[in-house]
Amino acid sequence: MTGTHALLEVKNLHVTLTGDRRRRTVLHRVDLAIPAGAALGLVGESGSGKSLTARTVLGLLPQGARVEGEVRFDGRSLTAMAPAALRGIRSHEIAMVFQDPRAHINPVRTIGDFLTEGLVTTRGVRRAVAEARAAALLGEVGIADGARRLRQRPSELSGGLLQRVMIAAALLTEPRLLLADEPTTALDVTTQAEVMAIIDETRLQRGLAMLFITHDLALAAAVCDRIAVMYAGSVVEELPSGHLSDAEHPYTRALMASRPDLGGPGKKLTAIKGRPLSAFETGPGCAFAPRCPDARDTCTTQHPALLPAGSGQAACHFPHHPRAAAGAAERSTSDA
Amino acid sequence: MPEHTPGAILEATGLRKTFGDFTAVDDVSLTLTPGASLAVVGESGSGKTTTARMIAGLEQPTTGTILLAGRQPPGPRARTTERRRFAQHVQMVFQDPYTSLDRHQRIGDSITEVLALHTDLRGSARTARMTELLEQVGLNPQQAISRPRSLSGGQRQRAAIARALAVQPRLLVLDEAVAALDVSVQAQILTLLQDIRRQTQVAYLFITHDLGVVPHIADEIVVMRQGRVVDRGTTTEVLDRSQHPYTRALIDSVPRRGWKPRRRPATPT
Ligand SMILES: Nc1ncnc2c1ncn2[C@@H]1O[C@H](COP(=O)(O)OP(=O)(O)O)[C@@H](O)[C@H]1O
Ligand SMILES: Nc1ncnc2c1ncn2[C@@H]1O[C@H](COP(=O)(O)OP(=O)(O)O)[C@@H](O)[C@H]1O
Ligand SMILES: [Mg+2]
Ligand SMILES: [Mg+2]
Repeated sequence: MTGTHALLEVKNLHVTLTGDRRRRTVLHRVDLAIPAGAALGLVGESGSGKSLTARTVLGLLPQGARVEGEVRFDGRSLTAMAPAALRGIRSHEIAMVFQDPRAHINPVRTIGDFLTEGLVTTRGVRRAVAEARAAALLGEVGIADGARRLRQRPSELSGGLLQRVMIAAALLTEPRLLLADEPTTALDVTTQAEVMAIIDETRLQRGLAMLFITHDLALAAAVCDRIAVMYAGSVVEELPSGHLSDAEHPYTRALMASRPDLGGPGKKLTAIKGRPLSAFETGPGCAFAPRCPDARDTCTTQHPALLPAGSGQAACHFPHHPRAAAGAAERSTSDA
Repeated sequence: MPEHTPGAILEATGLRKTFGDFTAVDDVSLTLTPGASLAVVGESGSGKTTTARMIAGLEQPTTGTILLAGRQPPGPRARTTERRRFAQHVQMVFQDPYTSLDRHQRIGDSITEVLALHTDLRGSARTARMTELLEQVGLNPQQAISRPRSLSGGQRQRAAIARALAVQPRLLVLDEAVAALDVSVQAQILTLLQDIRRQTQVAYLFITHDLGVVPHIADEIVVMRQGRVVDRGTTTEVLDRSQHPYTRALIDSVPRRGWKPRRRPATPT
């Protein structure tokens, strides 16, 4: 399909959940757009709402969730779609890879059963054909002895190998969008580099779009075209990956400065003070104000809207370009 | 009796550990002086945890010797008083703070418990020391009544560090202590550990799979692969000048500006 719209569009998303009897806001405002074949990194600290954003896209929120705003896939509204149609999209067009593969695979069944089941039962592909396809895909994700692996069980595979199996499973349905939620967080860095290389290569070869969720800005920047930074249930900055070093939002810059690095002995690590707020704890001002080195009075009283800034958008009253002179003009907003 | 270099806090020589036919650690030697920090780096399965556990006295080496401040650790059948004395030399911090914290115990109590066992402090002096420890790791003294579950991952790790510091150990063995944390929380814990080291002269054996954190925590590096030490040197030497292909591969795995993930040339997994 062609058109001016992105493949995935998340507009003005607001989500509340009921937990401990009270209804709580978990997403304040999330806006995202991923064109076909492009990759967006959704980055933020634990609890900022990254996983819930992905779950909203898939229509997999817990019972009692209330969703405002809209999610559109290829021009169709997922939020307004009937459950059966949504299931169709989920099994054919959008695939997901999670942080903990062991939680998403049946431990007593073989890798072969896991990979071919969908093809055989819902698509009527012959078993032998499905197995050949699965083995070929395992080869694509760097597992050479695919035929042998198909007969093994999850417990016989290391975390890194199992995650590659999950990637193969995601590719099997030939989706157009891959949602990858911290797929390498549980792996060591060498395995992470390999798994990310595999995701990156197969994605580019197939023209797959991707929403890549991580707490690591440097990792997201390496495999994504653009980055959306989340804080306390809202997207606070959105920009091209290549422009991270001149981010507009103080939070994005603080995240950059707190990334351990091999930048030589002179590179100092600057931790962000305090802890991130949960979406339900935020007051009228900017959620990052209590931890922000540049916060002024306005920041604690007025909510900043996501507005064009630099090479993207930022939700900050005093966005500033680190290379530009200090004292950028205040940006007032009407929505409190 | 192995030879002791005066001033050394840890001298591990020729450590070897086998499980059945499998050699997990093979001929590993490490030394540390007070206030020093040594990183042990390698992929998962390279024998880091087994090495750490032998040094912390949780595992008996198959062969090799360990001296902590010149003394051999008590064996598994040693008297309690002897093992307690050993605890004052070395403490361990794990990736999962629940390994040392009881889920149901308030964090203040879990620190006081250690103080009761290992120090002469009683009554208000003990409470004062507990408060001081919480403050030292950046927790609010009011959080003494919190249970681990109500804390964030970073706060729980701070509590585990406070508990380990309660006995004033000369050596802290940290096994992937920041691996499960967000990068932003990692930065907080690494900064905290550096401050504590400066203030107390405690030495660190810092175990990690991530070479990226090493320049922020250690002066020296030992690189392990398949149970053996394959490379070692000061942090600057290893990071800037090592020619060892395995060390280079570990360095190349660390995400940073301009980094691209790459598949490694086929190596057996
Ligand atoms: N099933 C749920 N019920 C109630 N609250 C939840 C549920 N799942 C997540 N939350 C809350 O929503 C917030 C965002 O969670 P999540 O999207 O998982 O964050 P992230 O993936 O960025 O770490 C957190 O504060 C979390 O406690
Ligand atoms: N108790 C044990 N019994 C058998 N094998 C073990 C035991 N502990 C560790 N191993 C093996 O020893 C090797 C090194 O493990 P470990 O020290 O945990 O490595 P690392 O901490 O570097 O990941 C691994 O192959 C592991 O499976
Ligand atoms: Mg998550
Ligand atoms: Mg280990």
